[in-house]
Amino acid sequence: MLRFVYHRALLMIPTLLGVAILVFAMLRMMPGDPLTMMFEGANVAKEVVEAERARLGLDQPIYVQFVKWLWGVLHGDLGLSMWTGKSVAYEIGIRLELSLQVAVMATILAILLALPLGTLSAIYKDTWVDHTIRVFSIAGLAVPSFWLGMIIILSLLTVFSWIPPLTFTPFFEDPKANLLQLIWPAMAVGYRYSAVSTRMMRSSILEVLQEDYIRTARAKGVFERLVISRHALRNALLPVVTVIGLEFAFLIGGLVVTEQVFNLNGIGRLFVQAVARDDYTMVQGLVLLVAVVFVMVNFFVDMLYAVLDPRIRYR
Amino acid sequence: MTTAATPVITYKAPARRHPVLQFMLHQPLGAAGLAFIVLMALAALFAPWVAPYDPLTVDYGAMLGRPGAGHWLGTDSFGRDVLSRIIYGARTALAIGFLASFLGSTAGAIIGVVSAYFGGATDMIIQRIMDVLLSFPIIVLAIVVVAMLGKNLVLGVDLNLVIAIGIPMVPKVARVVRSSALAIRELPYIDAARTAGFSHTRIIFRHIIPNVVAPYLIMLTAFVAQAILAEASLSFLGLGVTEPTPSWGLMLSGAAADFYQQAPWMIVFPGLAISLAVFAFNLFGDSLRDWLDPKIKI
Repeated sequence: MLRFVYHRALLMIPTLLGVAILVFAMLRMMPGDPLTMMFEGANVAKEVVEAERARLGLDQPIYVQFVKWLWGVLHGDLGLSMWTGKSVAYEIGIRLELSLQVAVMATILAILLALPLGTLSAIYKDTWVDHTIRVFSIAGLAVPSFWLGMIIILSLLTVFSWIPPLTFTPFFEDPKANLLQLIWPAMAVGYRYSAVSTRMMRSSILEVLQEDYIRTARAKGVFERLVISRHALRNALLPVVTVIGLEFAFLIGGLVVTEQVFNLNGIGRLFVQAVARDDYTMVQGLVLLVAVVFVMVNFFVDMLYAVLDPRIRYR
Repeated sequence: MTTAATPVITYKAPARRHPVLQFMLHQPLGAAGLAFIVLMALAALFAPWVAPYDPLTVDYGAMLGRPGAGHWLGTDSFGRDVLSRIIYGARTALAIGFLASFLGSTAGAIIGVVSAYFGGATDMIIQRIMDVLLSFPIIVLAIVVVAMLGKNLVLGVDLNLVIAIGIPMVPKVARVVRSSALAIRELPYIDAARTAGFSHTRIIFRHIIPNVVAPYLIMLTAFVAQAILAEASLSFLGLGVTEPTPSWGLMLSGAAADFYQQAPWMIVFPGLAISLAVFAFNLFGDSLRDWLDPKIKI
């Protein structure tokens, strides 16, 4: 088991290094750089621009820049934002609470919807229950979260004359106001999330129901309810947990557009702004953050599988 | 008392139906999706005849007009007909959707087959590169690629946007196709082909690729839906298609975002168009998977 953990952990290194190299290279291949953004239209002497370039370290060869940046990252220092001059970790930190909260709320929503709906859909396969749930979940994959957000705002406006507040209220200041503000974006992102999980839940249960031990349980006269809850559900949950975990890591993708609609200053919006401003260090920091979360979730899911299913360890 | 008549067994050969007809009978939902896709493609193709107005004609006399007899789905803040812009927007969505998905899936399929066929170090290296690409959310990777490549209009379609949307699909298709190809590589006819002295290229293209068409087609269809969504999201963020080209995502941004509380039709209908289009492709893709190879997980 220890060897397996060790091997899987080692595999994370080339992936993360690859992400770092790829982002670093792609950013520098973009037309323009942080300096053209900063001094656009301004009449500045060439020396000032060059001094600024040297200050940001952009005058050095790319590999030197990369090694310096990577060295910092390995020591927990993501560098300074090339746009605001503040530390990247600080800029991400002040926005992370909001995005993380929306992400967690969306996850809870997705789980609450997916587990019962996916199970019902599988049990009542090919009946109207199944058809309704499937249409509902395929629709969840089809509706763009930003549009759903707009429709939610529109409905709230018409029914309750509610407008999304301009400022964010932290949870510990005023939990009610905070939840009232964030439940809507969480719903907008969570619908798609729940749809993905519902579909996984359904197909996973259908697969498990084919197993011999289900037939055995039924043959010895176990109530169908118990067959489902004791035998099928437990075994079907693993792939669903995987999907929920991986989708969580990728929620930032949904947040990028949804935060725009709800006027939320989270890391999704920070990312779009950073790309638009050619803020190299900020984009690098954010992409690396997402990749680390994704790789870690992947790693823990693998571990979970190995713990629960010994066959995997010895493969 | 009547004696039971001896049952007469007549053998009825199963009717050989056209595969398309078979698909429609077994997968009614998928057929409905396909019908909607065809309808949308026709509307996009014949947009100049189907659309009641020119999508670019600005009419300041009819700004933010309600849906009614003149403009079925209302007008936007420039007085442009929403319905006509949606019909022309289908062109953008379908063109980018199909091209991006075709490009991404094809590249992914070739990489997957090559990886499986050669195995060993080649496989290991390709898989690590795919792992790297997989650690980005689709939209995040697309945003960075769009920013890197800029614009490159060919026949009214931004090819770089197509590439940006297609790249994130490559690793996903590669992974699925690779696992299918791994099974095929072990089959006797591949050994036979090797013994016959065929080149790697010939074996890959003539013997393996035709056998991974099912997962390829399934992924291709599913990714058209994803590509349409990605195009809409990017255009919404101002990073995709630019004004005045009609695009559904673009119709939800800019002025629409400012005025939609007074003129909800400006956002309701384009959003419905995106949802219905993606819904149709998902429905079709799902049924295609159930029909061709239910084990594939997209």
